[in-house]
Amino acid sequence: MAADFISPGATVAAGRGAIELRGLTKRYGEETVVNAIGASIAPGEFFSLLGPSGSGKTTTLMMVAGFVHPDGGKILLDGEDIASVSPQKRGFGMVFQNYAIFPHLNVFENIAFPLRARRWPKAAVAERVAWALEMVRLSRFADRYARQLSGGQQQRVALARAIVFHPSVLLMDEPLGALDKNLRYQMQVEIKEIQHRLGMTVVYVTHDQEEAMSMSDRIAIMNRGRIDQIGPPGIVYEQPVNPFVGRFLGEANLIDGTVAAVSSELVRLVLRSGQELHAPCSGNHASGDGLLFIRPERVEIAPRTHAPANPHCNALVGRVRRCSFLGNILRYAVEVDGIAPITVDLQNTVGVSPLPTGTPVVLRWPVADSLILAHDAP
Amino acid sequence: MSSTVATLAGPVPRARTAPRDLTLLLMLPALALLVLMFLLPLALFFVRTFMEFEGTTAEFIDQARDLLLSQPYLTALGTTNWIALIVTVTVLLVGYPIAYYLATATGVGVSIVMLSIILPYFTSVIVRTFSWMVLLGEHGLVNELLRGTGLIDQPLPLMYNRLGVVIGMSYVLLPYMVLTLYAAMRGIDPSLMRAAESLGASGFYTFRRVYFPLSLHGVLSGALIVYILSIGYFITPALMGGQHDIMIAMLIDRALEVAVDWPGAALMSLTLLTVTLVLYAVYYRITDIRRLIGAR
Repeated sequence: MAADFISPGATVAAGRGAIELRGLTKRYGEETVVNAIGASIAPGEFFSLLGPSGSGKTTTLMMVAGFVHPDGGKILLDGEDIASVSPQKRGFGMVFQNYAIFPHLNVFENIAFPLRARRWPKAAVAERVAWALEMVRLSRFADRYARQLSGGQQQRVALARAIVFHPSVLLMDEPLGALDKNLRYQMQVEIKEIQHRLGMTVVYVTHDQEEAMSMSDRIAIMNRGRIDQIGPPGIVYEQPVNPFVGRFLGEANLIDGTVAAVSSELVRLVLRSGQELHAPCSGNHASGDGLLFIRPERVEIAPRTHAPANPHCNALVGRVRRCSFLGNILRYAVEVDGIAPITVDLQNTVGVSPLPTGTPVVLRWPVADSLILAHDAP
Repeated sequence: MSSTVATLAGPVPRARTAPRDLTLLLMLPALALLVLMFLLPLALFFVRTFMEFEGTTAEFIDQARDLLLSQPYLTALGTTNWIALIVTVTVLLVGYPIAYYLATATGVGVSIVMLSIILPYFTSVIVRTFSWMVLLGEHGLVNELLRGTGLIDQPLPLMYNRLGVVIGMSYVLLPYMVLTLYAAMRGIDPSLMRAAESLGASGFYTFRRVYFPLSLHGVLSGALIVYILSIGYFITPALMGGQHDIMIAMLIDRALEVAVDWPGAALMSLTLLTVTLVLYAVYYRITDIRRLIGAR
C-alpha cells in the first residue's frame, strides 16, 4: 500500500480501527481456552485484556493478530470479518512480550522493516523511521543492535517498529512485563502519549491490574476463558460483578453471610456471629448465601473507646492483629469474630501512627460503598 | 540426541557456574586418550620421518619443494579442493531444506526424517559406499530402471567418475550438514518470524531478510565441517572415482603403500593438516561471531 503515505506526524485516519469480537472460541484438545467471548472496541480506544495467567487473554490477542485460528466466532475489523486474512495482511502493529527485535539488524533497520516489506521508496523510509525514532526518543541509537540496548530501549524499538507504518490497531502482549517498576511506569506514560497523538486503537494484554487501570479506557477482566466484566477502570474497581473481579483488581474484603432484603433499596447481610451489615440493593444478589464487598481504603479504623452509632455506616468491632507499613499506606489486618480478618488501608499522612497489635478497634464504612456479591462458581 | 547436535554445531560455551578446576578434571580421561592415541603418534610420525631423512636441510627443502610443486601433487590438490567444493555445495542445497523441515515442522514426520538421517550414520562408510555402487553401477538399479522404462538405451556413466564421487561423498557427509544447520535453526527465536509476519512481510521476504541471515552461521559452520571432512576423504573416491579423481588422501596412501616414501607422505599429510587447522580456526571464529550477534 505504497499509495497511502501519511506524512510524518499525522494521525491515523479517524474512525478506523474498530474491533468486534463475537462468540470467539478457542479449544486446545479437551480444554476450552477462550470460551465464546464478545467485546466491541471503539476506534482509538485503549482496551486492556486483564487476567491471571491461563485466563485466555494472550490467546485472544493472538486470534486478533491472526496467529491463532479461532474454533468459533468472529473477529470484525471496521465491520468486516477478518477470519481468513493472514497476519501479514491485517496490518496491525504488534509488540511482543519478548520484543522480538531482529538481532542481525540495527535499530534503524528494525524500524524500517515494515516499510521495506511494503516496498516504500528509500527517502520515504528514511523520513518515516526518523519520525518513529523521534517518537520513542531513540534518535541517537539508530546504529545500535538489540544486544547493545537496555530493556527499556529495546521495548521502545519494538514500539517504534509497530507504529512506524501507522497501523489503525496496535496489539501489545504484556509489553512491559520484563521491565522494573520505575521504568514500567515511565513506559506506561510514553505509550499513552503516543497512543493519544496517533489515535490508534490499542488492545493491551497484561496481568498487572495497576497497569491496566492507569492506561485503559476500558478493561476486560478475563477468567478461565471468559470475560467476567468489561468496563472503565473506575467501574470495574468499584463495582465488580463477582468476587473474582473484586479480588483481582486489588485488595478486597469479602465478608461471608446470609443475604435478605430489607426494602427496595437496602439488603441485609447476617454474619454467622449474628451481627448485621447493610448494603444498597444492587440487583446482583437477592437472597441466600452472599458476600459483602468493601475496599480496604473505604474502611475507617478507630480505637473502640469512642463509638458513636451512625445509621449510614456499617460497623464491626475487632482487634488489631497486624499492621504492615507499605510506605504510602498502613495496612491493618483486623481480627473480627466469626469472619476472616478484615484488611484496612490507612493513608500514611501527617499524624498517623500505627495502632499496636491487640488494640480493640471499631471498623466503619459507608453502607453506600458496600456491595453484595454472589459466590463465584466453584 | 540434542547433545550430538550441540557438539556438531560448534564449541559449546563454557558453563560459567561450574568451578573451573573440576571441569578440567572431568575432561582429563578424554584429554589423555586424545594425547596418547592421536597427538603423540602424529607428532612422532612427523618427527621420525623427518629425522630419518639423510641429507642436509637445504636438500630436504629442495626435495620438499619438488614434491609439493610436482604435477601429480598439484593436480590432486586441485581435484581435492574442487570435489570438496562441489560436495559442500551439493550437501548444502540438499541439506538446508531438510534441516528447515526438521527445525520448523512438528509431528511424526520429523522423527522419521531425523531417524533416516541419523541411522545410516551408525553403519560403516564402506557398507554405505558399496550400496551406492549397487545402485549406480552399469547394471545397477538406477540404470536398469531407466532402461526398463525406455528412457535410455545405453547405461549412464554414474560411477567411476566424478559424479559417482560427488554422489557418494555427499550422501555420507549429509548428516553433518543437516545436524549443524538444524542446531543453528533451532536457535532462531520463532517469535521473530511472527513479528516479521505481523509487520507485513511475506513468507519469502521473512525468509530472505530474517530466517536465512540468522541461519547463516549454521550454513558457514556446516559448509566448513563438510569441506574439512571432504578434503581428507579417502574411501569413497577410491571406490567410486575414476582415474582422474585422485584426491590428496589417495596420494598419501600411494606414497605409503606403493612407493614407501614416508617423508613424502608425511609432507603431504602435514600440508593437509595445516589446511584443515586453518579452516577449523575459521570455523571457530564463525561460532564466535555467532555469539557476537546475539544468536542463542
